Amino acid sequence: MIPERYVNAATLLALVAIPLWALAADEPFTITLMTRAAIFAIAAVGLNIALGLGGLVSLGHAVFFGLGGYAMGILAHHAQTYTALSEWPVLIEGTKSMPVIWLAAVLVSSLAALVIGILSLRTAGVYFIMITLAFGQMFFFFAISWAEYGGEDGLSIYVRNSFPGLNTLDLIQFYGLCLGLLCVVLVFAWRLAGSPFGLALNAARQAPVRVETVGLDPVRLKLVAFVLSGAITGLAGALFADLNRFVSPTMFSWQTSGEIMIFVILGGVGRLFGPVVGALVFVALEHWLGGLSDFWHIWLGLLLLVIVLFGRGGLIGMICGREAVHD
Amino acid sequence: MTDAVVQAPVPEIPVLETRGISKSFGALRASRNISIDLRPGEIHAVIGPNGAGKSTLIAQICGTLKPDAGSVHLLGQDVTDVPTRTRARAGLGRTFQISALAMEDTVLQNALLGVLGSSGKPWRFFGNALKDGALRARAEQALERVGLQDQARMRTAELSHGQRRQLEVAVALTLDPKALVMDEPMAGMGAEGSRTLTGFLDALRQEAPILLVEHDMDAVFSLADRISVLVYGEVIATGTVDEIRANAAVREAYLGDEA
Repeated sequence: MIPERYVNAATLLALVAIPLWALAADEPFTITLMTRAAIFAIAAVGLNIALGLGGLVSLGHAVFFGLGGYAMGILAHHAQTYTALSEWPVLIEGTKSMPVIWLAAVLVSSLAALVIGILSLRTAGVYFIMITLAFGQMFFFFAISWAEYGGEDGLSIYVRNSFPGLNTLDLIQFYGLCLGLLCVVLVFAWRLAGSPFGLALNAARQAPVRVETVGLDPVRLKLVAFVLSGAITGLAGALFADLNRFVSPTMFSWQTSGEIMIFVILGGVGRLFGPVVGALVFVALEHWLGGLSDFWHIWLGLLLLVIVLFGRGGLIGMICGREAVHD
Repeated sequence: MTDAVVQAPVPEIPVLETRGISKSFGALRASRNISIDLRPGEIHAVIGPNGAGKSTLIAQICGTLKPDAGSVHLLGQDVTDVPTRTRARAGLGRTFQISALAMEDTVLQNALLGVLGSSGKPWRFFGNALKDGALRARAEQALERVGLQDQARMRTAELSHGQRRQLEVAVALTLDPKALVMDEPMAGMGAEGSRTLTGFLDALRQEAPILLVEHDMDAVFSLADRISVLVYGEVIATGTVDEIRANAAVREAYLGDEA
């Protein structure tokens, strides 16, 4: 068994080395694939806070991914058509500035997570899964019917949004930006897991009755986790929209929720780098197997089956064994 | 029963008290007009055959069940409508019959959870909980008191059954409890562990009075200042060890040949 930190370091190294190699070898598509993986990883790090720490099996994280995407799409759409988002009671104009878009994405998805969380945390288990799934479908059909922003066809954004000091149309610069955000989000998730809040949340997953008997509210702990989780996945959605320069209701689909969950399960639920490893492996399989056959999901399914049956800690669990005891 | 008043300690304000609580599940009357109290410095044992309603009583005292009638008072305050967590913050410590601990976490992390709860401040998202000196010191102190200091870094799932019971007590102690409710703390413990815990609880009563639900009669008779006997949801007798041993109704209903 290899210590988890070596696997984490190797993953980080791959995230830096592969795109640099691709740059040198003039393989721009590899950089795009890596950007895709890094963005998926951010979304999955978000889900892992709810799923891994809080034990909340959310099949509705596409809501936050999609809201992040539409926050970007709507703001950029108004900026490129020179129309105001709203004129009354306050004038809100579109923007092409990434930091502003990210902030909007995080705010909107946190707010949605708060409302969805308050309603769905009244239930647990299968009912929680179904309620989050139902919210996902609600947003999906709303987006389809929202003709003002493209409806089923989605929104195209012609030029990638800007970030001060960077040329975001340059593939490697945009990748660096996404990798930077992934690192920020990973540091956040790592600190969170070890913090007093993380400790209480961890216990609320395993023994909610105990948490209640020491004077804490397990539901409130899980709600905060759900909001943080949704905010991070929302940020990933804004980046994903910027990568494709396109937003569509597909971002809200339940398949998107399922894929984000697959990243986490593939890599290792509750493991810091689980979502990152999962997203990298998923994108690699999607690329290679997808080139061989349109039905590559069959092989992905088989791989998931093997991992769930034989390695309960995902790929990281298979390589590193059980999580070490921290002290 | 008539001379019980003479032997009882000077009446003080009870730390914990139920006033005529009743609870039914359909046709089953699990609690019938139960009034018991827990006074400072005492161990009050509740005994009764299986199905007598002991767990239902505890659930109502701790706030996981709401009585149909009657009230629960903690430190003189009516807490009948107050949720479990608020009672816990007010100083009501509890141990469970079946250990309710975070099994994947270490022993120290479980104790820390109690410290976080009693401080009411789990809302810190940065800074390592294990490296916070003040929190950790309180958690380690509680572990030391129950003799689990050497197991602090072990995963809770790796503890023996008896050690988990000790950890239950340690977590309750981190709350700086004003009253303790213990649901069969000796259950499944070996003779040795049972004796150690008996000695520990004996000393603990001065710090926090204990409402003890226990099947181990040796422990009950050696520890309890008072005993209440619960049969079919009803308290049929309350008194000192000797009174309960001598009580004919109790002998018939419960103790049988054991007494």
